[in-house]
Amino acid sequence: MADIAAPQPQGHNIQLLKVLGPVHVWALGVGIVLVGEFMGWNYGVGKGGALGALIAAWVIGLLYTCVAMIDSEVTSTVAAAGGQYAQAKHTIGPLMAFNVGLYLVLAYTMLEAGDVQVAGQLVQIGVNRVDPAEPLGIFGEATNHFWWSFTILSLMFLAWLNYRGVFMTLTVNFIITFAAFCSIIILFLGVQGWNPTAQLFHKDLLVPLPYGWIGVIASLHFGIWYYLGIEGTCQAAEEVRSPGRALPLGTMTGIITLLIAAALTWYLCAGLLPWEYVGWDLELAPLYDAAKISGKGWLEAILFVGTLFSAIASANGCINDAARAWFSMGRDRYLPAWFGAVHPKYRTPFRSILFLIPIAAIFALKVPLAQIITFSILSGLLNYTFMPINVWKFRKMWPLGSIRRGFEHPFHPIPAIVLMTLCICTYFAVYLGYGRQLIAMMAFYWIVSLWFHFRRYKFVKRGDQFTMNWPRPQGY
Amino acid sequence: MGIWSILEWIAWALSALMLIWMVMDAWKVSRNYSEAQLLSSREGVDDLFGDQKKGA
Repeated sequence: MADIAAPQPQGHNIQLLKVLGPVHVWALGVGIVLVGEFMGWNYGVGKGGALGALIAAWVIGLLYTCVAMIDSEVTSTVAAAGGQYAQAKHTIGPLMAFNVGLYLVLAYTMLEAGDVQVAGQLVQIGVNRVDPAEPLGIFGEATNHFWWSFTILSLMFLAWLNYRGVFMTLTVNFIITFAAFCSIIILFLGVQGWNPTAQLFHKDLLVPLPYGWIGVIASLHFGIWYYLGIEGTCQAAEEVRSPGRALPLGTMTGIITLLIAAALTWYLCAGLLPWEYVGWDLELAPLYDAAKISGKGWLEAILFVGTLFSAIASANGCINDAARAWFSMGRDRYLPAWFGAVHPKYRTPFRSILFLIPIAAIFALKVPLAQIITFSILSGLLNYTFMPINVWKFRKMWPLGSIRRGFEHPFHPIPAIVLMTLCICTYFAVYLGYGRQLIAMMAFYWIVSLWFHFRRYKFVKRGDQFTMNWPRPQGY
Repeated sequence: MGIWSILEWIAWALSALMLIWMVMDAWKVSRNYSEAQLLSSREGVDDLFGDQKKGA
C-alpha cells in the first residue's frame, strides 16, 4: 500500500461515520419532501378541483402515514444503508432487493434532477423579476439557458457537500428545511390565516368537484407530491448514533410535519387563488404566487427564498439517499464492487456520489420537469407496493418479542392492507394520466431483473447477504 | 458583458472547480489506499440501541 493521507487506523474496516441524531433524520426526510408543498401538488387541482386535491392530500397522507409507521418499525431493526433495499434482502430475497435498490436510486436521482432544474429556473425567474431585460446565455444570445449554470452550480455544490461528509450535509439540510417550513407559517400569519374571512376567499373560490369523483381519483397521482420521499429517512440508518431510537423519532415527527405543511399549503392556496389558476399546467409555484397576490412585497420575498431553499434541501437529501442505495448494492456485489468504496477521510460513499452526478445533470438539463417527476413517482410507488409485503413477511418471520425493535407499529396488519389498497388506487390514477410511462417503467424493471438473474447474481456472495444478528426465522 | 453574464460565468467556473476537486480527490484516494481497504465497509455491525456505550 502507498502512503496514507488521512488518519485512518490500519487494519480496521472503513465504515460510514455514525454521527447523526433524530434532527438529522427529520431534516433528511422532510428536506427531500417539502419542495412538494411549494410545487407539483397543484396539478392535482387541475384534475379534481380544489376540493379534489384536498381529498387527495388526505388519502395520500394516509398512504404515507402507513409508509412511515411500517418503515419506522422495520428500519429501526434492519439498520443498514440502503434502507428498504437492505430490508428486502433480509425478508424476501435477492431479486426483490435488486429491484427495490433500483427503485430507490431512480426515485431519488430523478427527484434530484427535478429539484436542481427547479432551483436553476427559480434563479432565472428571480433575475427576471429584478431585471426584466432577459438575461443572455453564454452559448449565444438566442439560447436563454441562463438557468443551466445555476442548475449545475446547485448540483455540484450539493454533491461536493455530500462528498465531504454526512454531518455537515444534513446539518445544512436541517437549517434550510426549517427555514422553508417557517416560510409557510409566515405566509399563514401574513394573510391572517386564523381568520378565514379576513384575507382569504374560500367561500367564493371553492366550487364543487368540477370533474366528479373520477377527477378526484386522477388527482391522487399528484397528491403524492405532498409526501414523496419521507421513506428516505431509512437511508441514514447506518450513520445514526442510535438507529433504534433516532429513526422512528425522526420519521414519525417528519410525517407529522408534512401533514401540517400539506394542510396549510392547501388552505392558503385554495383561499387566495382560483382553482383554474392553481391547477394550470404552467403554474410552477402556487405558494409563491399566493404570497404575490397578497400584495405584500416582504411576503413574496420570503416565499421566494422558501421555495428555493425547499428545492435545494430536496436535492441535497436525494444525493445523500441515491448514493447510499447505490453504494449498498455495490457493497453486496449486486453492482460492481467498485461502488462500495467508503472515503477514508470523509467516510462517505464517494464513488457512488460521483457516479450519479452526470446522470442527474443530463436529466436536469434535457428532460421536462413533469417527465422527470413521473419517473420518480413511479419508482417511489413501486417501492411503496413492496412495503406491505415486506412488513407482512417481517412480522411473520420474526414475530413481536423474537427480536428487539426500536418501534412497533400498532394495528398490524391494518396499515399494510390500507397501504396496498391505496397503492393499487394510485396505480390506476397514474395509469389515467401517464399510462405509457407506467408500462415503459414496468418493462424496464423486467429487463433489468432478467439481467440480474442471468448475468449478475453469480457475482453476489450469497452467504454475506444476511447480516443481522437475529435468531433463525420462524418456519425455516 | 452584463452583470448576469458575469454571474453565469462565475457559476460555471465554480461548478467546474468543485467537480475537478472531487474527481482529483477520488483519484488520489484510489491511488493511496488499497481497494481492499476502501471496500472494507461491512453491513450489520451496528449497535442498534446504544447499549454498548452504556456498558449494558
